[in-house]
Amino acid sequence: MSTLVKASAASAPGADPAAPFDVERVRKDFPILDQEIHHGKHLVYLDNAATSQKPQVVMDALGRYYGADNANVHRGVHRLSERATEAYEGARRRIRQFLNAGEDREIVFVRGTTEAINLVAHGWGRRFFKAGDRVVVSEMEHHSNIVPWQMLRDELGIELAVIPMDDEGQLELEGLEELLTARTKLVSVVHVSNALGTVNPVERIVQLAHARGVPVLLDGAQAVPHIGVDVRALDADFYVFSGHKLFGPTGIGVLYGKAERLEAMQPYQGGGDMIRSVTFEKTTYNVIPYKFEAGTPHISGAIALGEAIEWFRALDLAGVEAHERALLELATRRLREVPGVRIVGTAREKLGVVSFVMEGVHPHDIGTVLDLEGVAIRTGHHCAQPVMQHFKVPATARASFALYNTASEIDALVAALAKVREVFC
Amino acid sequence: MSDLRDLYQEVILDHSKKPRNYRRMEDSCSRAEGFNPLCGDQLVLFVKVASGIIQDISFEGSGCAISKASASMMTGAVKGKTLEEADRVFEHFHKMVTGQPGDPFDAEILGKLAVFSGVCEFPARVKCASLAWHTLKAALKGEGQQVTTE
Repeated sequence: MSTLVKASAASAPGADPAAPFDVERVRKDFPILDQEIHHGKHLVYLDNAATSQKPQVVMDALGRYYGADNANVHRGVHRLSERATEAYEGARRRIRQFLNAGEDREIVFVRGTTEAINLVAHGWGRRFFKAGDRVVVSEMEHHSNIVPWQMLRDELGIELAVIPMDDEGQLELEGLEELLTARTKLVSVVHVSNALGTVNPVERIVQLAHARGVPVLLDGAQAVPHIGVDVRALDADFYVFSGHKLFGPTGIGVLYGKAERLEAMQPYQGGGDMIRSVTFEKTTYNVIPYKFEAGTPHISGAIALGEAIEWFRALDLAGVEAHERALLELATRRLREVPGVRIVGTAREKLGVVSFVMEGVHPHDIGTVLDLEGVAIRTGHHCAQPVMQHFKVPATARASFALYNTASEIDALVAALAKVREVFC
Repeated sequence: MSDLRDLYQEVILDHSKKPRNYRRMEDSCSRAEGFNPLCGDQLVLFVKVASGIIQDISFEGSGCAISKASASMMTGAVKGKTLEEADRVFEHFHKMVTGQPGDPFDAEILGKLAVFSGVCEFPARVKCASLAWHTLKAALKGEGQQVTTE
């Protein structure tokens, strides 16, 4: 298991970057975790791939903003507006540092991963794609990285090509080079699969695509809560994620784009803040990233996301990674021991997710029984129906982990699955 | 306090494992597909109506225990009934599964379907229980319709 060395009691959680990761100490930052969810059943939250819980500092940041700093950004000459603007732009800086992006202006605030991909589809795709051009996605994409491109396909006559995956849930990259034709205009793939947990070899994908001059978008929604991401080392053209899966609030997310890419893109929505000057004859657009941030943004959300990232970065990230790897290994081993359970997605490189089915029991029924035992998991197709089709299952049960989960919570999951068998088998 | 056995009563488990009227009907006069995108439940319902009476009814598909048992028990409950009677059962069933725990229901009209009274304590499962019924409504309205619970 992970390191459980107690740091000095006086230090605030996460305050000392050298403090070894201590899951019990980190759990104290998440008041929601300490509750009885059904009579006599303590909450075991294993639905982190859907959304993570929020540390107290994030909730405090929201309260502090509305309680002390609330004003519109980039507009007022008054002190409060300056403070709000500083905090908002400060959050952008924190995100830039977190992703190791080169410049603050490469960070665009959006509602989440879905909006980020739609923004690129609109701003890049509609501007540069022509009939017969091709976008390459993979078989394990979330619907949010399929549907925007299908919409473009129907509108522009582009073609959608799919990198296949094998029965372990790993992408078959041998086929990728063939998919990268002269007409291929973008490769858009998921970094870590939300349905299977597979970590894709994105460095290799970027290399192959760039060798043919094709830009790459990486969907990092399920990667950033678990591993450090360096967009410059990856050389990703676009990298997108949601704040709420990264211990931040809902309704805020990030589109990272290389400056020259963002500059080439057309605006997404028109309105206030995204303009430089407007007359009825002509509008000049603002510079990046503001060109893409029309209207009053989710100021409090951005600030609180910045706070979440600061909280996360202050942890011993190597310790976090070791803890999460140990949890995943333990969960995988213990679930394999449950009679009738089959794990869906057995890639060599996985993070945070165990998807499974149980013989003779529909995942939805598993979910209900687990819930009554206090164990929260997700059941269904996980917005990745092509993945379900590949594995020929209507749905799976999915346990997904965050850094605050513990080995005893895996015990609770396994015990609850025994209850499922008691009822149905 | 909701209990597992309130939802998964023996009768429900029995019907989910051995669904009745679970077959394709080649000579049905109407059919409809029901789909619950949330959990992937899907069923095809076949109905034969003559002189305003449901002469035969059957279904096929895959789904959770609740949706399967509900479809199975629905076929048993409406077979031989007039369309108006079937509609009345549906209304009472719908009211029961979407009501509050402890709300009174008409045991005479609902009969065995009363085993689904525990469903109302599980809001996430109401759609599973009512999928077959919505599909029946669609089947009786016209041929080849697809209904979803969303």
